[in-house]
Amino acid sequence: MDNLDLARWQFAITTVYHFLFVPVTIGMSALVAWYHSAWVRRRREDDLRLAKFFGKLFTINFALGLVTGIVQEFQFGMNWSDYSRFVGDIFGAPLAIEALLAFFLESTFLGLWIFGWGRIPEKLHAACMWIVHVGTLLSAYFILAANSFMQNPVGYRYNPQTKRAELTDFVAVLTNKVQLVTFPHVVTAAYMVGGAMVMAVALWHLRRREVGGDAGMYRRATRLGAAVVLVAGLGVAVTGDLQGKIMTEVQPMKMAAAEALYESSDGNAPFSLLTIGSLDGSEEKFAVTVPGVLSFLATGHFDGSVQGINELKAEYAQKYGTGSPLTADATYTPNIPLSYWSFRLMIGVGVLAALIALLALWTTRGERVPRARWWHWAIMAAPLLPIFGNSFGWIFTEVGRQPWLVFGVMATKTGVSPSVSAGEVVTSMVVYTLLYGLLAVVEVKLFLTYLRAGALPFEEPATPATHDDDAPLAFAY
Amino acid sequence: MELSTVWFVIIAVLWTGYFVLEGFDFGVGMLLPVLGRGGDAETTEKRRRVLINTIGPVWDGNEVWVLTAGGATFAAFPHWYATMFSAFYLPLLLILVALIVRNLGFDYRGKRDDLRWRARWDKAIVVGSFLPALLWGVALTNVVRGLPIDGDKEFTGNLVTLLNPVALLGGLVTLGLFLTHGALFVALKTDGPIRGDARRIATRTGAVTAVLAVALLGILGAADGRAASWVTTVLAALALVGALAANLRGREGWAFVGTFVTIAMAVATYFLLLFPDVMPSSTAAAWSLTTANASSTPYTLKIMTWVALVFTPIVLLYQSWTYWVFRKRIGTQHIPAVASH
Ligand code: HDD
Ligand code: HEM
Ligand code: HEM
Repeated sequence: MDNLDLARWQFAITTVYHFLFVPVTIGMSALVAWYHSAWVRRRREDDLRLAKFFGKLFTINFALGLVTGIVQEFQFGMNWSDYSRFVGDIFGAPLAIEALLAFFLESTFLGLWIFGWGRIPEKLHAACMWIVHVGTLLSAYFILAANSFMQNPVGYRYNPQTKRAELTDFVAVLTNKVQLVTFPHVVTAAYMVGGAMVMAVALWHLRRREVGGDAGMYRRATRLGAAVVLVAGLGVAVTGDLQGKIMTEVQPMKMAAAEALYESSDGNAPFSLLTIGSLDGSEEKFAVTVPGVLSFLATGHFDGSVQGINELKAEYAQKYGTGSPLTADATYTPNIPLSYWSFRLMIGVGVLAALIALLALWTTRGERVPRARWWHWAIMAAPLLPIFGNSFGWIFTEVGRQPWLVFGVMATKTGVSPSVSAGEVVTSMVVYTLLYGLLAVVEVKLFLTYLRAGALPFEEPATPATHDDDAPLAFAY
Repeated sequence: MELSTVWFVIIAVLWTGYFVLEGFDFGVGMLLPVLGRGGDAETTEKRRRVLINTIGPVWDGNEVWVLTAGGATFAAFPHWYATMFSAFYLPLLLILVALIVRNLGFDYRGKRDDLRWRARWDKAIVVGSFLPALLWGVALTNVVRGLPIDGDKEFTGNLVTLLNPVALLGGLVTLGLFLTHGALFVALKTDGPIRGDARRIATRTGAVTAVLAVALLGILGAADGRAASWVTTVLAALALVGALAANLRGREGWAFVGTFVTIAMAVATYFLLLFPDVMPSSTAAAWSLTTANASSTPYTLKIMTWVALVFTPIVLLYQSWTYWVFRKRIGTQHIPAVASH
């Protein structure tokens, strides 16, 4: 493996890892904030207990989201220095703005929320968690704007003198049409994760304590979580459909790869649910397909025509192959099996999660408690499914973009750091792999310990007025 | 003033913010085994928790200053970001690992009632605070002194190039400054026996640091000094002496302000020595990265200037408010028997 492959693997591994925690942070911050302000508003003890319980799980997760994010911030300069030089004029701005607007907000107000019990007035205290949530949304917006530029470069021009891409219209970058559909898709997908987490944790407790006094509390939480999964899931499907259209417009190759559609179709292109045959779909042995659906996903009409890989490949070779060394490439085709399967898995696991949520709503109605054995497995799968859905979605988006780093402008192979040796990249790769593996074990164990402990008994929280300066801290590390 | 010069100043300010703020929490982390030691296991544990809780609500916000400095460098000087981060590949990797384990140490240490678990995270906090405190000094000193950079703005040296004596001295100075700054912060934020111990430590580390810092800034100034950088050098030295004097008289607030100013003036000296280069090339002066040839376009800089002008004051406002909310001193009596998890 050369430098390029190593740098790509490293980016893929570290980003996918970062994004295991990100959707949990985005989704759960909203639910914790919701429970905290519900307590302030209507004084139901359960709400405060749940806010603290899920808040604790949230902070355990946030810690890992934070530390893995730091690696991302540095990685562009470390492994992708030529890329950074080429697009820095455009790409750096959203990254810097993300730090200034979002990261300060998230970290400062999370600190206030964690340590603020009894120190700040309760309405303000509950608002702190909402502010954290706003921070996560701002963070998502700006980083996705940067990513959308790579998918569909807009608002720039190429300057032959400086040999780099230069910003001409910042508003165009922030309102990139890819960005406008990606942001709601990613955020609703994150709410699915948050909802599924709350649902699964609460349902696990409900099944264990069905007779105890807490059954009502956990039942309500299960149902709230399930409802969030379903509503967010609907949002994901709608925005995903919109994305499909935009994607067909700006990156037709990605849509063709998603379907392993080699030959162009003049209309009524089928969506394949499952293809058995050669893995790359180039030879079909057995397939379950739904006629017209691909056409609909891509164009909005059942009889729309969809371009195939072979046609596009020739087109790209002609358009980009002879121009600049930045754009020349041997294939212009992404990894087809990976694109094909990650796209299906993204949708598939999301649908499964929604089904579990639906069943959870049904089986917890009234005073009922779901007893069947298989619920045990369903509960464990419920939060993991949408998390993996997020991973598959990103893998699809990023792999489908290949061989481009910035679509149509810069090939991936030209972005890597020339002055960094393969030995150095191998070193960092080994270090990250070992460290991230170890952290995963620590985090999961800790998370499960707190999950099992459940919500603590209610305690009337101190207020700044009743707070005694010599009393032990309400919260201390 | 050219916008690229404005951004040079803003980046200097961001590094200043990072070092004056995270500097003390690096110090607190490193002092854990020293100040966090009592007659018996229980006191030791309580003292450690006092130390960690002095920075508990703020360390994360402090760290964002470096993320912003990195992002701002990327946005305003892409070549600077690209050259510097790829040149310092292995040291940055070490810093990243250190920050990761240290941050998790703060968050996870108290989450289990198990002394072995806590002892392990204590090590992570100490090593994770020590490495960046040292390595940031090494890295920035290398930037100021110049590195082998070729006509394509690429670093041509290796790890050994980075580990030269002056750069290592630079690392020792940041280490010493952060230790002193951290000890003074503890003196300011705690009461009980820890407070006195912290003051004693600060005197000792401060005296050593003063000597090292004068040597370092003298060497750097002799090579490339100008009037303004000598002024900030003298101010840094005076502030450090002032800090030590105030500390001896028990004026903890003033002592802390002293190291705060020392660090700010030291960063100012570095950036004054650099200007108008951002990464001087030791191979050929013509290949140096400068505020002119490493910067973004005026359009990008203009947008970023507006963003910085509007949002930096807001950030400063709410960060200061956090320090106000948690202004009370804490002591072992405030530490609940079990961690609140
Ligand atoms: C859609 C959302 C999203 C995406 C695509 C990314 N992140 Fe992220 N990131 C977040 C959403 C987020 C967050 C929700 O804001 C996090 C997650 C957990 C957390 O602590 O904040 C975060 C944390 C986080 C941090 C730590 C912030 C702190 O100290 O508080 C950094 C430096 C980054 N990220 C940087 C990146 C970079 C450079 C990315 C691109 C490769 C990236 N993230 C992808
Ligand atoms: C929104 C911010 C993001 C940006 C700016 C970004 C940028 C990049 C860059 C620079 C590369 C390396 C070059 C390449 O191989 O194409 C890359 C590759 C990759 N990224 Fe992203 N990425 C982002 C988000 C994500 C997320 C959140 C994930 C996954 C959860 C992800 C998954 C991947 C994968 C799997 C690759 C490897 C693709 C391949 O090399 O075949 N990306 N991305
Ligand atoms: C009806 C179901 C869905 C459809 C039609 C759909 C469609 C899409 C499309 C077309 C893309 C690629 C966009 C591009 O590269 O330009 C995408 C990406 C993505 N999907 Fe989905 N999706 C669906 C369900 C889900 C589910 C259930 C999840 C997770 C819970 C999810 C998470 C993601 C993520 C994180 C990305 C990458 C970021 C992005 O480009 O938006 N999707 N989706």
